[in-house]
Amino acid sequence: MRLVAEDLTVARADRIFFRGVEFGVEEGEALLVTGPNGVGKSTLLRMIAGLLPVPGGRFTLDGLDDRSPGEASHYLGHRNAMKHDMSVRENLTFWQQFMQDDRFEDGAPLFEATESLGLGGLEHLPFGYLSAGQQRRMAMARLLMVHRPVWILDEPTAALDAASSEMFAGLVRRHMADGGIVVAATHQPLGLDAAHSLALDPNDRDVEFAADPFAADGVA
Amino acid sequence: MTTTTAGNTFTNLANPTRFLNLSGAVLPWMAGVTALLFAVGLFMAFNAPEDYQQGVTVRIMYIHVPAAWLSMMCYTVMAISAIGTLVWRHPLADVSAKAAAPIGAAFTFLALVTGSLWGKPMWGAWWAWGDARLTSVFVLFLMYLGLIALIRAIPDPSRAARLTAIVILVGFVNIPIIKFSVEWWNTLHQPASVIRLDGPSIHPSILYPLLVMALAFTLLFFTLHFSAMRAEIWRRRVASMRRRAAQAAA
Amino acid sequence: MGALFVRDLKLSLRAGGGALLGILFFLAVIAVIPFGVGPDLNLLARIGPAFVWIGALLASLLGLDRLFQIDREDGSLDIMLMQSSPLVLTVLVKCLAHWTATGLPLVIASPFLGLFMNISGVAMAAVFATLLVGSPAITLIGAVGAAVAVALPRGGLLLAVLVLPLSIPVLIFGVSAVNGAIAEPAPFLQPFLMLVAITLFFAVLGPLAAAAALRASSD
Repeated sequence: MRLVAEDLTVARADRIFFRGVEFGVEEGEALLVTGPNGVGKSTLLRMIAGLLPVPGGRFTLDGLDDRSPGEASHYLGHRNAMKHDMSVRENLTFWQQFMQDDRFEDGAPLFEATESLGLGGLEHLPFGYLSAGQQRRMAMARLLMVHRPVWILDEPTAALDAASSEMFAGLVRRHMADGGIVVAATHQPLGLDAAHSLALDPNDRDVEFAADPFAADGVA
Repeated sequence: MTTTTAGNTFTNLANPTRFLNLSGAVLPWMAGVTALLFAVGLFMAFNAPEDYQQGVTVRIMYIHVPAAWLSMMCYTVMAISAIGTLVWRHPLADVSAKAAAPIGAAFTFLALVTGSLWGKPMWGAWWAWGDARLTSVFVLFLMYLGLIALIRAIPDPSRAARLTAIVILVGFVNIPIIKFSVEWWNTLHQPASVIRLDGPSIHPSILYPLLVMALAFTLLFFTLHFSAMRAEIWRRRVASMRRRAAQAAA
Repeated sequence: MGALFVRDLKLSLRAGGGALLGILFFLAVIAVIPFGVGPDLNLLARIGPAFVWIGALLASLLGLDRLFQIDREDGSLDIMLMQSSPLVLTVLVKCLAHWTATGLPLVIASPFLGLFMNISGVAMAAVFATLLVGSPAITLIGAVGAAVAVALPRGGLLLAVLVLPLSIPVLIFGVSAVNGAIAEPAPFLQPFLMLVAITLFFAVLGPLAAAAALRASSD
C-alpha cells in the first residue's frame, strides 16, 4: 500500500497555494507537513481526506483496490466530532458502528482504546464534562476503535500537554509499525522515525489565483 | 500560468471575455429589434377586436399571457444553466442563472399584476384563488424570491453557484407537481377558470398580435438577460481585480 | 446506519434537542387560531383539519435547520462525508430519525389538538392518517433546504422560504384527503394515494439533492 500524490495543486476556493506537489508514502511511513499558519497545510490534508475537491493532479492509494484515499482514512481535524450531550461510550461506539467497514480489520474494543489514551474509567461521563485535553484524547480513541490504514492528523496534539503528546506519538508509532500510513500537519515533532517531511514554505511559493475566468484578460 | 487542460477548449468557446465582446456587439441590435417588435405588437394589440363580453380589458391579455409564458421560460433557462453549472462547471452558466433570477421574478410579478387587473372586472376582486394558472404563477413567484434570497445569502460565488443550481433543479422538478396539485385543488373547489385560452379556437385577429407580443417579450428577456449577465461579469471582474490588488499589496 | 438512527434520535429527544419544542409550537399555533377566527364551533370544525395540517407543516419546518448543522459544527459531518457508505443513505437515515423524533410526535398529537378545533372523529382519523404519510415528505424536502443552508447564519429562515412553496402539493393533497373523508362527494383515496406518491418521490429526490448540496458546501 502506498499513498501517492502526483503533480498536485493545493488550492482552496480561488486561491492556489502550491502547484506540482509530489510525494509517496509507503506502509509504515509518515509524512509530516510543516509550515506556518495559513500556508495550506489543512487544505492539503482535507484534500487527501476527500473533503475538498482536487483542482489539479491526483491522489492515489496504491494496493487497496480502487478505494479513494478518503474512504481508507481517519481524519482528525481541529474539531473532535463528538457530541457533548452524549457519553463518551455512546460517542465512541456510535463511530465504531457507523464507520464499520468489512473490508478493514476490526479495531480495538472501547475499554482498550480509552486505556491506551490514559482515560480508562471515564467512558460513562458525558463528553462535555471532560476537559479540553481529555476531549481531544477521547477523540483520538476513535482512531483505535475503527481500523483505517491511513491516518490524516491536523494539529493532533495542539491542545495536549507534553505527556499526552508523547502518549499519542506512541500510538502513532504503533500504527506505523503495524503497517499504517500517517499524514500529519504539525508544529511539534511527533518523534517519528520513518518520517518524510513536506515543508510548505511561504517564501518558496508564488501565491497565485486559480485560473479565474472573470479576470481582466479572460483566460488568466 | 499554464492552464491548458482538455476542459479549457470548451471554456474558451464561451469564456466571459468572449461573451462580453459578442454580447456587446449583438445587444444594440437586440434592443432595437425588441423596441420595433413592441411597437408593432402594441399597435396590433390596440387594433385587435374587443371581446364582446370583456370589452377593452381583454387587451391586458397581450401583456399578461406573454409575461406568464416568460415566467416559465426564464425558469427553464435557469434550470438549463443549473445543469451547466453542475455538469460542466461552466462559469458562464452560473452567471446566467444568477442574472436570470431577478428578471424572472419581474416577469412573474408582471404576470401576477396584469392577471389581477384583468380578473378584477370579472371576479369582482383583485385576487381570486379560483384561478389555477394565476395561483401556480404565484407559487412560482415565491420560488423566485426564495432563490434570490439564497443567492444573496451566500457570499462566496463559487459555492453559491452549486448550491443555487441544486435548489433550482429541485424546484424545476417540482413545478409540474405544484401545477398539477394546484389545478387539482382548483377543480375541487371551483369550476373551470375564467381566463381560458384554448389554442385552436382563438381567432387569428387575436392570435397574431399575441404572437408578436410573445416574440417581443422573449427578445426583451434575452436583451435584459444579456445585459444582466454582462453586469454580473463586470462585477466579478472587479472582485477578482480587488483580490489580486490585495494580494499584491500584502 | 442503525447506529446513526439511534444516535440522532437520542440527540433530538434529549434536552436541547428540540423535539419537544416542535410540539409546543404546534400547540401554540392551534391555540392562537380560535382567538383569530372566533369561537364559533361550526366554523372551527370546518376549517380545523386545514389548520391542524398547516400547524404541523410549520412545526415540522421549525427544527429542520439543525438537521445537518449540529454535525457540521463539531466536525462529525466531515467523517460522515468520508465513509464508503453512500451519503444519500446517510441523509435518508438522518431524515428518518429526525422525522421519528419531531414529525411523529406531531402526528400523534394531532388528534388531541383536533379536539380543540371541534373536529369530528372521522376527520380526526383522516388528519392522523394523512399526516402520518404526508409529514415525512416535508422532512425529506426540507432536508434539501437544511443542506443548502447548513453553513449560513440565518439558515432557518432561508430554509422556510425555500421549502414552503415546494411543500404546497403536500398540503393540498393532505387537506383534500381529509375533506374527502368528511364531505361525501369528494374522493378520499385519490388524494391520499397522491400524498403517498409525493412522499415516495421526495424520499428519492430529497436525499439525492441534499447529499449533493452537502458535498458542495464542504470546505
